[in-house]
Amino acid sequence: MKLHIPQLSLVAMVGTSGSGKSTFARTHFLETEIVSSDRCRALVCDDETNQEISADAFDLLYYTVSKRLSLGKLTVIDATNVQQEGRKRLIRTAREHHVLPVAIVLDMPRDLCYARNENRPNRDFGPHVIRNQYSDLRRSIKRLKSEGFRQVYVLRTPEDVENVAIVRDRMWTDYRHEAGPFDLIGDVHGCFDELVALLGKLGYAVDLEPGDADHEPRYRVSPPESRRVVFLGDLVDRGPASHKVLRLAMDMVDQGVAFCVPGNHEAKLSRKLRGANAKMSHGLAATMEQLETESDAFRERVVRFIDGLVSHMVLDGGRLVVAHAGMKEAYAGRASGVVRSFALFGETTGETDEYGLPVRYDWARDYRGKASVVYGHTPVRYAEWLNRTICIDTGCVFGGKLTALRWPERDLVEVPAKEVYYEPVKPLDDQRETGLSVQQQEDRLLNIEDVLGKRLVSSVTSELGYNVMIREEHAMAAMETLSRFAVDPRWLIYLPPTMAPSETSKQPGYLEHPAEALAYYRKCEVPQVVCEEKHMGSRAVVHICRDAETARRRFGVESGAIGVCYTRTGRSFFARPEMETELLERLGAAMTRADLWSSLNSDWFSLDCELMPWSAKGLDLLKNQYGSVACAANVSLAKGAEALKCALDRGVAAEALAAAWSRRAENAQRFHDAYQPYCWRVDNLDDLRLAPFHLLASEGGVHADKSHEWHMRTLARLAETGDPILTRTRHRIVDLEDAEAEADLIRWWTELTEAGGEGMVVKPMSFVSRRPGQHLIQPAVKCRGRAYLRIIYGPDYDLPENLARLRQRRLHHKQRTALREFVLGIEGLTRFVRREPLRRVHECSLGVLALESQPVDPRL
Amino acid sequence: MLMTITNTLAPATDLGFLLHKHPDRLQTFELSFGKAHVFYPVAEPERCTAALLLDIDPIDLVRSFKAPPQTARSLQHYVNDRPYVASSFLSTAISRVFGTALSGTCNPKPELPDRALPLTVTFSAIPCRGGEALLRDLFEPLGYGVEAQGHPLDANFPEWGDSPYFTVTLTKTCRLQDLLSHVYVLIPVLDREKHYYVDRQEIEKLLHHGDCWLADHPARDLITRRYLSDRRSLTRIALDRLREGEAEPEDASEEATPTREERLESKISLNELRMKTVMATLAQEGAQSVADLGCGEGRLLQGLLRHKQFKRVLGLDVNHRDLEIAARRLKLEHLAPAYRERVTLIHGSLLYRDHRLRGFDAACLMEVIEHMELERLTHLEGVVFGDAMPRLVLVTTPNVEYNATFETLPEGTLRHADHRFEWTRAEFRAWAEGVAQRHGYQVEFAPIGERHEVFGPPTQMAVFRRSAS
Repeated sequence: MKLHIPQLSLVAMVGTSGSGKSTFARTHFLETEIVSSDRCRALVCDDETNQEISADAFDLLYYTVSKRLSLGKLTVIDATNVQQEGRKRLIRTAREHHVLPVAIVLDMPRDLCYARNENRPNRDFGPHVIRNQYSDLRRSIKRLKSEGFRQVYVLRTPEDVENVAIVRDRMWTDYRHEAGPFDLIGDVHGCFDELVALLGKLGYAVDLEPGDADHEPRYRVSPPESRRVVFLGDLVDRGPASHKVLRLAMDMVDQGVAFCVPGNHEAKLSRKLRGANAKMSHGLAATMEQLETESDAFRERVVRFIDGLVSHMVLDGGRLVVAHAGMKEAYAGRASGVVRSFALFGETTGETDEYGLPVRYDWARDYRGKASVVYGHTPVRYAEWLNRTICIDTGCVFGGKLTALRWPERDLVEVPAKEVYYEPVKPLDDQRETGLSVQQQEDRLLNIEDVLGKRLVSSVTSELGYNVMIREEHAMAAMETLSRFAVDPRWLIYLPPTMAPSETSKQPGYLEHPAEALAYYRKCEVPQVVCEEKHMGSRAVVHICRDAETARRRFGVESGAIGVCYTRTGRSFFARPEMETELLERLGAAMTRADLWSSLNSDWFSLDCELMPWSAKGLDLLKNQYGSVACAANVSLAKGAEALKCALDRGVAAEALAAAWSRRAENAQRFHDAYQPYCWRVDNLDDLRLAPFHLLASEGGVHADKSHEWHMRTLARLAETGDPILTRTRHRIVDLEDAEAEADLIRWWTELTEAGGEGMVVKPMSFVSRRPGQHLIQPAVKCRGRAYLRIIYGPDYDLPENLARLRQRRLHHKQRTALREFVLGIEGLTRFVRREPLRRVHECSLGVLALESQPVDPRL
Repeated sequence: MLMTITNTLAPATDLGFLLHKHPDRLQTFELSFGKAHVFYPVAEPERCTAALLLDIDPIDLVRSFKAPPQTARSLQHYVNDRPYVASSFLSTAISRVFGTALSGTCNPKPELPDRALPLTVTFSAIPCRGGEALLRDLFEPLGYGVEAQGHPLDANFPEWGDSPYFTVTLTKTCRLQDLLSHVYVLIPVLDREKHYYVDRQEIEKLLHHGDCWLADHPARDLITRRYLSDRRSLTRIALDRLREGEAEPEDASEEATPTREERLESKISLNELRMKTVMATLAQEGAQSVADLGCGEGRLLQGLLRHKQFKRVLGLDVNHRDLEIAARRLKLEHLAPAYRERVTLIHGSLLYRDHRLRGFDAACLMEVIEHMELERLTHLEGVVFGDAMPRLVLVTTPNVEYNATFETLPEGTLRHADHRFEWTRAEFRAWAEGVAQRHGYQVEFAPIGERHEVFGPPTQMAVFRRSAS
């Protein structure tokens, strides 16, 4: 005998003690699918027969059951379940999770149960217990169906039990195996002409086979390639030809070129056609009138069709959910009256609006599911994505348009209504009054729960194949920094990653040297690297739009700014906003002259830059740290050297100390000299130098797929416009197999650093690089000059005994952080480019700051 | 770092006996933080100069010594002025290298320590947090002639201003022991960054080396406080012992380092007045559940919990450390569960929509908005007025016009370093009326603090009431 149960169900084993429930469950279900009351008794009090702690044991049982059901896992309850009282909780739990309850009753001969119990240890309760259970069971069997069990199977003999096989049926809503491609069509409401026009536009050929005395007329529809239509319900009512729409849709479904989910109007029509008393409002009268022209057989077919429709469908491997009025994540793929009602009507808040219409609960605002949900029901002026949901009922019958969404392409295809067939009770919202998309309007505020807590940021959008875990305490620190100091989150689509230095050099006098940087990439089997001069200023991220209108449309920023310039921690770069505006305007003008807008076909750009001088942003650090140390060292060491000289003149044997001291005095002077090239006075914008080195993103793409040579070449066009504030980045391309090129590069680096340059950054030619195999490698390593390192490691860092100690530095943590931040940066930009909700972008920027809040040696 | 001591009373080389260091030799001492070298640049009968040269190892410094907490893990932790300036390292070196002189013993010539000598002491660089004035305030009352030479931070960048370092020469005719004791105590007072953890032992050191002179020094309290690294409890104990029954001045219970804002506003104890006004308004409006948004260390919460009327109280702050302090202040761990339930502390931000803030009668934003970037106030507005929507919202903020009455506040400076803006009465009114209009509230304004006839009150408060819908 085959017992069919839904794939997602709550299975109740029902039977007296000794009826074989546990054995049955173990035979037919995974051990982890079974939650046993005896086991729960043992877990709470070490004794699986203790009846006194039943309440606690069942609390534990239902806690476990709830966790499993909310994760969508079939669960079997192994308890006697012979009392109605206990089963109530079971039914309630199944309903709470919108899964179907199933009962499997083992109604075994009484003597068999007695015998089994006698043979078991710990079951020394008297026969009266079984007798009572038995009479409970007898009463129960008849009632199970009415209590709410969807299926009830009763097995009466050990032979029955022997011959049973459990078959798990696919859920009615489960169409994950249907991968599309699909054309999803919103509320048609009897607009037959528009539907045919839309199908035509989508590439479907629609032919009518005329009917005769014996045959109803019939539509033959041939789709383009293997595409299929999904109707989102509300085919009927209000419009001029609901009967024709029904015939077309039913024929398409019958021919396998369409799926259909029901709308609230179909539900009502079916009730009416079956003779129920439904009010002839909201356009039902028109439909009934149109159906009068059709045959009885057609009307019966309509009823059968509607009654056969499944409330909603989960398609394409679970990536797509369709339902007439939308679908909450917790309901998708589940079955209950509540789920069906949500799919057909949605939920209301209990309030009514100024037109007397019920206020709908805007579930899409709270939607956080992974699957995209496409729905209709609520007419909107424009079909727009919000949190991976989109309503494509664009009010055709009200004179709007009929819209289809192509999946997986996500293109919208529209046909305007030929006329206003029905006056709406209230006018459609002008969603774009503010010039923002609904997503952008929603993203004016982010939710705290999308920010706080431990989270795993997966690089699913950028497909880098690297997941980053953000710890709760780091997220907390990042949230504080963002709240107190950062620019508007709508601008903050990217924070730059930190960068690890090259492996520590063993050459005398050096802590870092190009040889190690090149060796690293050679080891990673990178053929070519780009070595870029490392500017010494402050990191600056610039997003710039062609005009304020673009900034509003693309970033959702309503301040009237055309862009932003912020630091590596997301703080506004300039204390004076007019300076930022001027910089952005100058940069924008250069972009125009360099023809970047049109050649890259974008009206916004994101740039990763260095902004010089260092003293422009880092003045406090320079004064309190480097200036102070240099001042104190020079004053103090000079006095010490003077005193030592006097002592030497007196004949005190202090030669070694005096020599060491004058070396230290020289080092102090070098320390002072080291930061001089990075400081100059800034009175106005012309004193600044902006060196963009990554053209991170523009409309339609993150430029992580381009080589660094492309970035250098493209950005050089800005400096070539002649605006003195725009600086190019000197760089060399080095073939790692070419020894001469390496020697050349070392000479270049030495000259660069000896002339006061900070050093260089070595990057693999391609922006995202992997080891042969799969692992991502460092996107860049820095190799700093000896003079610059003196600022970082102190005036005397290169004395041999000091260098020996400093060489023990460990880079692993820094490298790991650099890589993770790099992934987060690219992922965030990719999400932004794909117009994902702001919280998904924000999560990446927050992640970078969170990683930056970890303690790490700041000298690296 | 170099310190020299010069004696000009013949035979000046007696200084060698006093210091227990031979004038013709270079002597080197190993200390936990590096080396100390002693030598004599001059050793003549009329003039003898001893030099103490500190050779501090900057790299070991990182591993061996605690960094001040605020600079831990920053670059300052690794590259700093410690090797080059007079600091607590010098005091330690004096006690190690010149221990006998400091204790006033000299075995070869027992009469020497008690002799007053014309002494000159120089320091290559003292970080003088408090400027030359403080230097004089510390040494002149003890009878020293003080000469101080300041240094520009960087001669190439005159706009960077002066460094905190002074090359200092002190002259006095006194016992060497006294001079060393003064230096031992007062150098760390000028520098303010001790290289070791300050505990109760530090009190004994202070009282030992300050014996005879500290109790009567006019800057006694400042010296004590700064020597004990501003630790209030230690300072109180030390001052009690120094005063010997003298009445405690009233400000002793004050915070060791009040903020600029607190100092400015202290005369009118504005903070208390604000709390009183806010609590009175809440009581009058019949609020039973109150959210203190930006609760900081929980002072208002503490006040609210004292009144039964407030049945449910929530404190939110963006700073997690402040919340920990608030939890301690409210003694949450010791409250009975039933009382514990009245109060919730949550970490959050007023720039993110937060469902935990819904369902309160009233919300207070006491001195909060001025800590936000102006451009992000729209977010705060959306969170508080657009989403949390309590029926009553109280917002207080400084009235910038009133700043003109603070004599010590330079014009154009805000009351607190973290204030991003301070508003005039008109600016505040314009913002509040806009908010009220956009979100369906009525707003009224109330002054807090004594009103100046031209500049108005020091603090301004807006009372928003949600209009019945």
